[in-house]
Amino acid sequence: MIPLSYYLLLSGILFACGVLGFLIKRNIITIFMSIELMLNGVNLAFVAFAAHWHALAGQVFVFFVMVVAAAEAAVGLAIIIAVYRTRDTLNVDRVNLLKL
Amino acid sequence: MTPKTLSPLLCTIPLLPLAGAAINGFFGRKASKKAISAVALMFCGAAFAMALFIAANFSSASAPYSFNLAHWIRSGIFSVDFDFYLDQLSLVMLLVVTGVGFLIHIYSVGYMWEDDGYYRFMSYMNLFMFFMLALVLAKNYLVLFIGWEGVGLASYLLIGYWFTKDSAAAAGKKAFIVNRIGDFGFLIALFLMIKYFGSLDFTHIFTAVRTLPTESGGAGLLTAIGLLLMVGAAGKSAQIPLYVWLPDAMEGPTPVSALIHAATMVTAGVYMVARSSAIFERAPMALTVVAIVGTLTALFAATIGIAQTDIKKVLAYSTISQLGYMFMACGVGAFSAGIFHLMTHAFFKGLLFLAAGSVIHGIGGEQDMRKMGGLRVYMPWTFLTMGIATLAIAGIPPFAGFWSKDEILWRAFGASWVYWLIGVVTAFITSFYMFRLMYMTFGGEYRRAAVQELHGHDDRDKTHAARTGVSAPHGHGEPHESPWVMLAPLVALAVLSVFGGFVGYGNRFEHFLAPVFHGASEVAQETSREAGNSTLEYLLMGVSISVAGLGWLLAHLLYSRRPQLPVRIAASLGGLYRAVANKYYVDELYSVLFVKPVVDGSTEILWHDVDQGAIDATVNNSAAAARHVSDNVRYMQSGNLRSYAGWVAAGAAVVIAYMVWMGVR
Repeated sequence: MIPLSYYLLLSGILFACGVLGFLIKRNIITIFMSIELMLNGVNLAFVAFAAHWHALAGQVFVFFVMVVAAAEAAVGLAIIIAVYRTRDTLNVDRVNLLKL
Repeated sequence: MTPKTLSPLLCTIPLLPLAGAAINGFFGRKASKKAISAVALMFCGAAFAMALFIAANFSSASAPYSFNLAHWIRSGIFSVDFDFYLDQLSLVMLLVVTGVGFLIHIYSVGYMWEDDGYYRFMSYMNLFMFFMLALVLAKNYLVLFIGWEGVGLASYLLIGYWFTKDSAAAAGKKAFIVNRIGDFGFLIALFLMIKYFGSLDFTHIFTAVRTLPTESGGAGLLTAIGLLLMVGAAGKSAQIPLYVWLPDAMEGPTPVSALIHAATMVTAGVYMVARSSAIFERAPMALTVVAIVGTLTALFAATIGIAQTDIKKVLAYSTISQLGYMFMACGVGAFSAGIFHLMTHAFFKGLLFLAAGSVIHGIGGEQDMRKMGGLRVYMPWTFLTMGIATLAIAGIPPFAGFWSKDEILWRAFGASWVYWLIGVVTAFITSFYMFRLMYMTFGGEYRRAAVQELHGHDDRDKTHAARTGVSAPHGHGEPHESPWVMLAPLVALAVLSVFGGFVGYGNRFEHFLAPVFHGASEVAQETSREAGNSTLEYLLMGVSISVAGLGWLLAHLLYSRRPQLPVRIAASLGGLYRAVANKYYVDELYSVLFVKPVVDGSTEILWHDVDQGAIDATVNNSAAAARHVSDNVRYMQSGNLRSYAGWVAAGAAVVIAYMVWMGVR
């Protein structure tokens, strides 16, 4: 039996990687993948706790997160394609028309 | 006619001019001048007609009439209503105000016709009539105070009527501020009345006052009230020390000077003192102050009048001086004589101002008498009417001024020969400066042409021409007589100046007013006393007539026979003449004593120290501090999305670290 702390450590590492990626990468696809990484880190924590406490609520929550992530991916990728078509770039620093 | 049917008319009299003012004020801008004149004259004339109707049906037996228009203030036992009141005194004032006021309205049509703000002028004039009528018809001090403040407002608006001229705007402000000082005293008197009598109603207060004993010493409630009322009266009626605003008020159009600053408004103080006679009679000390102030003002202002060269300024100082006579009369307890002089003065001084206006109008806006002369040829009607008014004010029988002035001097003699002596000296000076004015204006040759060659085109003339457009259509090469619309009021007032005095013949006027001022028994006593001293009375009358004649003679010698002499006399008097010509430097004195300390104190302490140093500094410094902090932290908001995310992550890390650390403990 693998102890709970291992799962949580892995979950934290995944989340931290996501945050780091989100902060330092400029490519919008990479940023998007970083967000997915954070969500999955959180998902891992959910299922770990659900297994540990023998409670189903955590697993149910994971499904919700997956659904939202799927929806987000659909919308987000659509936006990315639209941005690429109009701006000819995937660099977020160059997508700054609304910035003062 | 019964009081019940007559009384409701009382409240309509003031409301008529108010309606006129409102109509002209709101709709006059677009209306034709004929329509404006019609409205102004109709409402003012209707008030006059109604006053005549009331006078015709007035019966002393059923007086006083009163009418309650509406409730106003109800607070516990204290209450003030919009109450109107008519007794013999109010009736005299009512007739004077509406009658002279109506005539001056007619005159204004001619005088102001060319002015751009014609509707504004007429509206203000009607507004003035409303407040003045409210003042004289009030039944309590608060309604009187509304009128009192209202005429002050109308006066301010009309003095500053040509508000683009700095001097006119400043004169309006000066009048308002000086009056404010007087009103302050008046207001405190009202507070005292509320505190000690619980009412402001005339009937209530006077009944209460009559039960109180006469105050012998200098201190006491009634003395305090009396003195404070006199402070108010001194402001409104231009007495020492608050007279300084009236000469400056001559910046207003001449009909305004005639109506407000000669005939009606400035006499409001006299009316108020006479109305409060019950209070003053119980406070001899206050009454003495009234007499002294009046006597000194009469002499003081008359001496200034000698050396003035502006025709309206002479008349202004003459007005102050004559008002001093009225206060002298009130001060010696001869209230009816004071009111009598008020009435005759309204006739002849209104006439003098209107005639002066006619002169100014006729020669294209010139007010300096040194540039007039010889005008009797050009303006015979103005000359004739003004001559009548001069005879009246100088006290030559049988003109109106003689009767009232003689009555005052006679009664003043009864109080103290000092008052009488100063009064007679003043009468001499009055006669002198009035005939000086006549000779300089109408006598000799027309001096304007010569002066013009010396000075080129006169600036003052230009401004007046621009203001009124008087000279535009007919130029000012030749002086000309005024149109009939201006002459008719002159003639009407001249008739009143000739015959107006006869109402005082045989003390009829005094008997008419007697119920207002005394109990019946005192009147009888009065009559017997006068009958006993008739020789003395005739002697005093002879003296006052002869000093008036002497004044005339002196003016004739100096200004008609030997026109070069006055200049030489003035030069030989040197400093004294300069002091008089500069009005004894009173304005300068006030400026140093009051205006400068107030202005400097306000500038240095209130403005620089308190306002800028404390209040503004608090606000500005806190704003500056907020801005300084914001300036430094605004770099957090770079607009870079990932830096925000970084802040979020860092914040989350801090929170988690905190929770972990706390959890460990």
